[in-house]
Amino acid sequence: MTESAATIRVTNLIKQFGRFAALRGVTAEFDSGRFHVILGDNGAGKTTLLRALAGLADPTRGEISIFDKNPHEACREIGYMAHPSLLYDEMSGMENLRYFARLYDIAGDARSSEAIRSVGLDPELSRPVGKYSQGMRQRMSLARAILHDPKILLLDEPFSNVDVHSAQEMVGLLKQMRDAGKTIFVVTHQAALLEGAADEFIWMQAGQIVDRTRHLVPDPAGRA
Amino acid sequence: MSSLRSITLATLTKDVRLEWRSKDAINSMLFFSLLVVVIFSFSFDPNAEESRQIAGGLIWVAFLFAAVVALNQTWARELRNQVLDAYRVSPAPANALFMAKVLGNFILVSLLEGLMAPLFMIFYNLRALGPAWQLIPVALLGTWALVVNGTFFAAMSLRTRSREIMLPLLLFPISIPAVQSMVEATRIILTGDGAARFWIVLLLTYDVVFTTACLALFETILQAE
Amino acid sequence: MKRAFPILAAVTALLLAYAFYEAIWVAPMERTMGDVQRIFYYHVPSAWTAFLLFFVNLIASVIYLVRRNAKADAVALVTGEVGVVFCTVVLVTGPIWARPVWGIWWTWDIRLTTTLVLWLIYVSYLVLRRFSESSQTPKLAAVLAIFGALDVPLVYFSIWFFRTQHPQPVIGGGGSIDPRMLHVLLLNWLAFSCFALLVSWARYRLEMFKREVEEAEALESLLVAGSGAQISKTQIPLSREPQ
Repeated sequence: MTESAATIRVTNLIKQFGRFAALRGVTAEFDSGRFHVILGDNGAGKTTLLRALAGLADPTRGEISIFDKNPHEACREIGYMAHPSLLYDEMSGMENLRYFARLYDIAGDARSSEAIRSVGLDPELSRPVGKYSQGMRQRMSLARAILHDPKILLLDEPFSNVDVHSAQEMVGLLKQMRDAGKTIFVVTHQAALLEGAADEFIWMQAGQIVDRTRHLVPDPAGRA
Repeated sequence: MSSLRSITLATLTKDVRLEWRSKDAINSMLFFSLLVVVIFSFSFDPNAEESRQIAGGLIWVAFLFAAVVALNQTWARELRNQVLDAYRVSPAPANALFMAKVLGNFILVSLLEGLMAPLFMIFYNLRALGPAWQLIPVALLGTWALVVNGTFFAAMSLRTRSREIMLPLLLFPISIPAVQSMVEATRIILTGDGAARFWIVLLLTYDVVFTTACLALFETILQAE
Repeated sequence: MKRAFPILAAVTALLLAYAFYEAIWVAPMERTMGDVQRIFYYHVPSAWTAFLLFFVNLIASVIYLVRRNAKADAVALVTGEVGVVFCTVVLVTGPIWARPVWGIWWTWDIRLTTTLVLWLIYVSYLVLRRFSESSQTPKLAAVLAIFGALDVPLVYFSIWFFRTQHPQPVIGGGGSIDPRMLHVLLLNWLAFSCFALLVSWARYRLEMFKREVEEAEALESLLVAGSGAQISKTQIPLSREPQ
């Protein structure tokens, strides 16, 4: 795989839930090492697209190729952070990560501590995750997603209910990761936070990608 | 294979630790089992000979109800905060999760049975006339039969509406031969009337068949979305 | 294919009428049981048809799990539903016959009980189909069908050991049956099988239409949502909205 080639290819993706279609023929290619932001109204299919990329929602039709593999085969390369924390409330952050590290065959605590420190938290914190503040929980959730050092990060609403300051810190963190060569997808309603940090804004509407822009506000030359 | 075992163990340890910390399920389950025993004992008050005849049925039906309540809690912890998704995106084998849950449930249900059985013995004044040691394989195999399918169907009902009621609806019809074997074996051992070997072999067959089926199909169920 | 449907319908109607005539008027009266024995011409063919349908259901379920073929799933659904109907007929006609002949409505006989358990399994199958989220239904249902199929031999053995109190099987149980009776029985089975095929076919077509409509509606609902208000990008909230 050369650097320039697209790492993620999505072909005519359709996801139907009974009488409702969340994705209606999405075709796109995404380069690696870039910071993508997915925007759109509620029900535009953002989360479903992210879950399909993570291998959590098998598409009704269409194909996803990540490093020429399907999402299940590529699972070691994917870090997924959902809107809920995906953590056990009754355990401390370290205990949580220690368990998830086992799922990825990562031995020892070193990697878990590193992941926790990299999101700006203290691995020694013994409080159960359920008693964390929302901002801390989101960060711990991010630590879980990057635990196995994936090449691709899929983040669903990582800044919701997080104060502006913490959110900006998280954006800085994501920027660092992008600079370190990771491919990042963020679904968010708070796009303004990401202007300047993101490489591309992907606009979704009614289950399709309608536009892809470099900036949040279209430049005056306009492409309308 | 080693990763299967180590992840199974890690998941089981995690579940036991979480349970130990909250003790929600175990406390309410113990009390529920006690209630079941007492209510069953009120409802039937037979003499010693009759009680030997019917005790097998009573005990196992009581265990079945207690087990269903326990089994329904199996996946509750994985649903909170959608932690199950974290497992699904990881490369860990689905069967490790399944085995961990089955073992956890097996320990829990055995514990409940260990509490209920002596109470039944006391309330019904039971004494086995046949070879009493055979009750142990019957109990172990019978519990496994309920737990392995119960865990599987509990996972299946995660994807349904009104999931608490779905579990018994799915589990009971499939469990009929297992329940009949347990009941008959127990009756034969208590009354000392014949040999329970056929039923024990049937239970063993049931366990082998359905454990295999569960392991073969669990991944399909886990990845269903 | 579509023209075959009315032809099959006509053939089925004729067969059913002819088989009914044969069963009620032509077949000889059974010496000890009398006229009540004639229920037999409905009881046994229904049972055979139900078993056949459940067997097809199993095959279709396996095919679905292997190939993820939507048609196989529709076949499984249809055979499950129609099979339960025929199985219900068996369970209703059985006691009606047993009461005057054996003097009891029900006995835990091997075939009766196996049929009852089979019926219970397939009712739970239909309940599962009803209560699961639609995109997952086929997978879950197919898995349950396989579990049900594994269960049936175990049920059979457990009851076989428990007790057997049924008259000897009609077929293969020696020449105790009058050849004229056998003829009527087989004729009825043919008629019932055609009937089952007809009903399943109609139900299958309905199901496929339903799915097509659902898919079209699903795609359309989004289109309408999209075109109804052509949202310009700047209208998408950019600020931090409370969730």
